[in-house]
Amino acid sequence: MFSEGDVTAIFLTLRLATTVTLILLVLGAPLAWWLARTNSRLKGPIGALVALPLVLPPTVLGFYLLLTLGPNGPIGQVTQSLDLGTLAFSYSGLVIGSVLYSLPFVVQPLQNAFEAIGDRPLEVAATLGATPIDRYFSIAIPMAKPGFFTAAILGFAHTVGEFGVVLMIGGNIPGETRVVSVQIYDHVEALAYDEANRLALLMIVFSFLVLLSVYGFRKKSQRQILSFGS
Amino acid sequence: MVVFNNWQFIGLVLLTGLSFVRSSIDADEATIAVASNFSAAAQQLAADFENKSGHKVNLVFGSSGRFYAQISNAAPFDVFLSADQQKPLALVENELAIKDSLFTYARGALVLWSADSEKVNNSADVLRSNSFNKIAIANPRLAPYGIAANEVIERLGLSNDLSKKMVLGENIVQTYQFVATENAELGLVAYSQVFFTGQLSAGSVWIVPEELYDPIRQDAVLLNRGQSNKAASAFLEFVKSPEGETTIQSFGYRTGEP
Repeated sequence: MFSEGDVTAIFLTLRLATTVTLILLVLGAPLAWWLARTNSRLKGPIGALVALPLVLPPTVLGFYLLLTLGPNGPIGQVTQSLDLGTLAFSYSGLVIGSVLYSLPFVVQPLQNAFEAIGDRPLEVAATLGATPIDRYFSIAIPMAKPGFFTAAILGFAHTVGEFGVVLMIGGNIPGETRVVSVQIYDHVEALAYDEANRLALLMIVFSFLVLLSVYGFRKKSQRQILSFGS
Repeated sequence: MVVFNNWQFIGLVLLTGLSFVRSSIDADEATIAVASNFSAAAQQLAADFENKSGHKVNLVFGSSGRFYAQISNAAPFDVFLSADQQKPLALVENELAIKDSLFTYARGALVLWSADSEKVNNSADVLRSNSFNKIAIANPRLAPYGIAANEVIERLGLSNDLSKKMVLGENIVQTYQFVATENAELGLVAYSQVFFTGQLSAGSVWIVPEELYDPIRQDAVLLNRGQSNKAASAFLEFVKSPEGETTIQSFGYRTGEP
């Protein structure tokens, strides 16, 4: 049903989305925690920066990534001095681009979940002698579990659906940067509408199931919260 | 304040109406779908054409594959300047375009280009050396320039050596972008992208000899929607005219038969 190229693209996409989601959960959680708890004047600007990929056209992000990853860009200079060459057209470059692109989809649900915990449990923990690090790992993270679930799913799904950034920095290398969305685009451009249809249908079914699981889970966890209250 | 009586008012309305009718008799407005590699040349052609004819043309730039899909689904275009021959022909076969209007408006030329002024020494030598990170070409599955680039690499006997270093642009515009930002040190791009009025704009270049690739013919066609649009057919005539050809050549394309 799917050609070898399609299958390669599907597995590459899943690998990319998994890597990006794991990185984002590790990096995004402390950031979300800070955003949820801080009174710093930087809260507004940092929050806005995190949310930027929501409103920017992916081509803007992709274009600036192409410039910063290039040999004269700041990231390109660093990677070259580390003997890594430049990162455009590589899987690593794609990971960096996707982490930036999917950042708000992970940070915002986590931030909401952390804010929903409120001050009370943390104050209680503090009076019992828990250090800030203790409170983060043994109170905040367990209590924000539904937030982690939503964040992981949205981050994963959004990375799977990424197109513009990959198109700008990917270079369309099979098994390295040719993800499903690019493969579909290529099929359409090459007038191979049957192949495009099959892959596109797969994406629709996948995305629907992902969203269904998020909404299904939300309903369940709300019920749990309610039953705690009553 | 000027006050009109009834008759004057009716006369005014008629005049205004007439002037609309007149202008639509003399001057039409056409929408032209242009393959993005030809955008600079098309803008010049459109400006000259509008000055000369009084017609108006709206240019829309994009990929030929996408235009094909859009035209097949009734997109409001009157003329299609494609980057290849296959798509205009397919539109004719699907009875979406006028067969007699089909012609080659430009032939693209390919160059090996680097943004580094030392890299390419007016020959294919650099391709045989190992002194570059990547070579960008347009995707041969999608872009005629990519097919030509593949032919060049094959005829030079370098397919195996270069396969690991190849990155693909979705079209020749993106391929150029990869090289211009120096993410790829070399690229096979369009002559029209790096030469302006005969001068190399930046970097270093090798103009690939024409015998190394089959001609990159770009065809134009009048679409069904533009059939009775005077601006559309006049624009195509202008593109074909000696004046149009001179403009097209000045943007680095070849015209006429090879």
